[in-house]
Amino acid sequence: MSVPATYYLALAAALFSIGVVGVIIRRNPLVIFMSIELMLNAANLSFVAFGHRLGSPDGQVVVFFVMAVAAAEVAVGLAIIVAIFRLRRRLSVDDLNLMRW
Amino acid sequence: MEWVAFVIISLIALGSALGLILKRNAIHGALFLVANLGSIAALYLMLGAEFLAAAQVIVYAGAIMVLFVFAIMVLIPGKEETGPDPRRVWRLLALPLGTALLLVLAVMAVTGRSPAAGRPPVGGNVETIGRLLFTDYLFPFELTSVLLLAAMVGVLLLARRRA
Repeated sequence: MSVPATYYLALAAALFSIGVVGVIIRRNPLVIFMSIELMLNAANLSFVAFGHRLGSPDGQVVVFFVMAVAAAEVAVGLAIIVAIFRLRRRLSVDDLNLMRW
Repeated sequence: MEWVAFVIISLIALGSALGLILKRNAIHGALFLVANLGSIAALYLMLGAEFLAAAQVIVYAGAIMVLFVFAIMVLIPGKEETGPDPRRVWRLLALPLGTALLLVLAVMAVTGRSPAAGRPPVGGNVETIGRLLFTDYLFPFELTSVLLLAAMVGVLLLARRRA
């Protein structure tokens, strides 16, 4: 007997919530980035689960695009973090309040 | 059999996700994230998405995590999260907020009207996706290449040493 899609969706919801909590509680921008990857993966998992249930491969194509965008996002984000570290010699999101009101 | 595999894999996924956000050391977090991505690749295999499982291991667990580990090695973070937390009250709100979000999402997943189940796709997985990528999704596919090129140029610009 196969596992229904609802269980995959519940697992994806749990992973997404853990990612949100990680983004809020951590102060290290690298760990915040990794929590964002966690959230993207949870969304991907629900795409694949829905595609499996509907019998359509379109969900998998969307996941492919999400992976490409995530790769670009990680490259640019890490470059920004390295540039900030060069400027400040510190790495905490609480220090970065220049553009905050 | 499939249930046993699902329970074991989802326990690994949840445990490694919790490890990522609870361990103080960033490199431990990176290793936990690799375990998490691998378990999600296994779930893709169970859902019949062989191409995505391979792409997940190659792109995420391979390329992206190598980039993360490089950044952690270069920056050597970890000293930031010692010391007193200036925003402790706000961060304590994270747990009830996260629980509320989990409840909302889980209720939606369980009680939502689910669409009628379709028939299983015919033909191989990789073949189907390749055909879709080069017919229906040709324009987004080409846009992806432009996006990756723009990201590459942007990273070179950002990482350049100011002379």
